[in-house]
Amino acid sequence: MSPTSDDPDKARRFREAALPYLDDVYTLARYLLRDASDAEDAVQECYLRALRHFDTFRGDAIKPWLFAILRNVCNAEYARRANRPSAIDDAPEAAEQTPLWRESEAGPETEMLRRRDATAIRKLIDALAEPFKETFVLREINNLSYREIADAVGAPVGTVMSRLARARAMLRAAWTAEEEQSK
Amino acid sequence: MTCDEAKILLHALIDGELDAGHAREVEAHVATCVACAADLAAYRDMKRVLADTNLRYTAPSQLRARIEASLPRAERPNRRAVLRGFAMGSAVSALAATGLLAVVLRQDDQQRILSEMVSAHLRSLQAGHLTDVISTDQHTVKPWFNGRLDVAPPVIDLTAQGFTLVGGRLDYIDARALGAVVYRRRQHVINLFVAQTANTALRPPKTETMQGFNCRHWTNRGLNFWAVSDLGADELAEFTDKFETAMKANLEG
Ligand SMILES: [Zn+2]
Repeated sequence: MSPTSDDPDKARRFREAALPYLDDVYTLARYLLRDASDAEDAVQECYLRALRHFDTFRGDAIKPWLFAILRNVCNAEYARRANRPSAIDDAPEAAEQTPLWRESEAGPETEMLRRRDATAIRKLIDALAEPFKETFVLREINNLSYREIADAVGAPVGTVMSRLARARAMLRAAWTAEEEQSK
Repeated sequence: MTCDEAKILLHALIDGELDAGHAREVEAHVATCVACAADLAAYRDMKRVLADTNLRYTAPSQLRARIEASLPRAERPNRRAVLRGFAMGSAVSALAATGLLAVVLRQDDQQRILSEMVSAHLRSLQAGHLTDVISTDQHTVKPWFNGRLDVAPPVIDLTAQGFTLVGGRLDYIDARALGAVVYRRRQHVINLFVAQTANTALRPPKTETMQGFNCRHWTNRGLNFWAVSDLGADELAEFTDKFETAMKANLEG
């Protein structure tokens, strides 16, 4: 550990600023890594690095800053796993072939999407390809604004928007496909 | 507006990220385009389902303990330091927003703060996060804030008006500590976030919707208020009115 992180005042400020977001960071790690114990390791490493670099944090929104660090840690983990590229060209065209949204056959008064339990929805999200999944999770689950997402992932806001559109199209397609199968 | 543009921008509309002018353009397109209208309805529906489902994970307690243990011990926080240096929002406008689409996004930080409030509301709904001090007695909740914040939020019992005081909590928005006063109506939780502001002008209440939650924001007597709840907009407006009326009565009485 670097000597500066022994500074108790810095540690206190860090604790107050960063610890309230532990669940947010852990949530993103679970979706990015899809493994509980890898996620724990990544989050711990993220907080160690964040404390070490807390001097460079200027007191603006801390969530995107923490997420950017977590993302770097997770990319290293991907590299270690070596079987999946971490990033991420904006290419996969699967979403382009998504079927058109179909009207619910049950009638307009029911929801168009059949309700599913959290576990089933988490699985559908887990199956999304990167970089669409991280954009989606940052928006829908971590509640970041487009600008904050852009900051966390280091992409222009326009790219964030198109990734999000793509992610939602993919999720919708997977959701519909599952409903078809369960009939 | 073409369908290709609309199919991207309708997401920004759903997410509350479009300025009023572009929101109207998307809505005008959707009004005349069946395909985009169906998309908009479907994605709104999907967002609602997602917002109603708990998709978050809770960090295991041993992970929290490990991280706590890796931090050097500190003495009790001094509250001036907690508030020092946390100016809301300056960084966001400084962020480099490239690409044409960025131009249509709102330039102010209101939306981002709103989204932080909704996040804080969601966090509070997780088990054990709602209140630091549990009491239906305003004379217990109010003093609890003293010493934890430079300016304690007003704590008003509205039980007789149909909103039960549940307790209070210290919350953090943008790493800035602020008070949350918690109310309940039926099974609905209302978080009333209160922060000091240099602006003493009255800003009348306005409701915005984000991720299925209503958020009513107003400024009065040098305090910023945000009431966040899944209550309907009319009932949240009623809450605001009852709160302000009681505030006024307290000050005059
Ligand atoms: Zn269209």
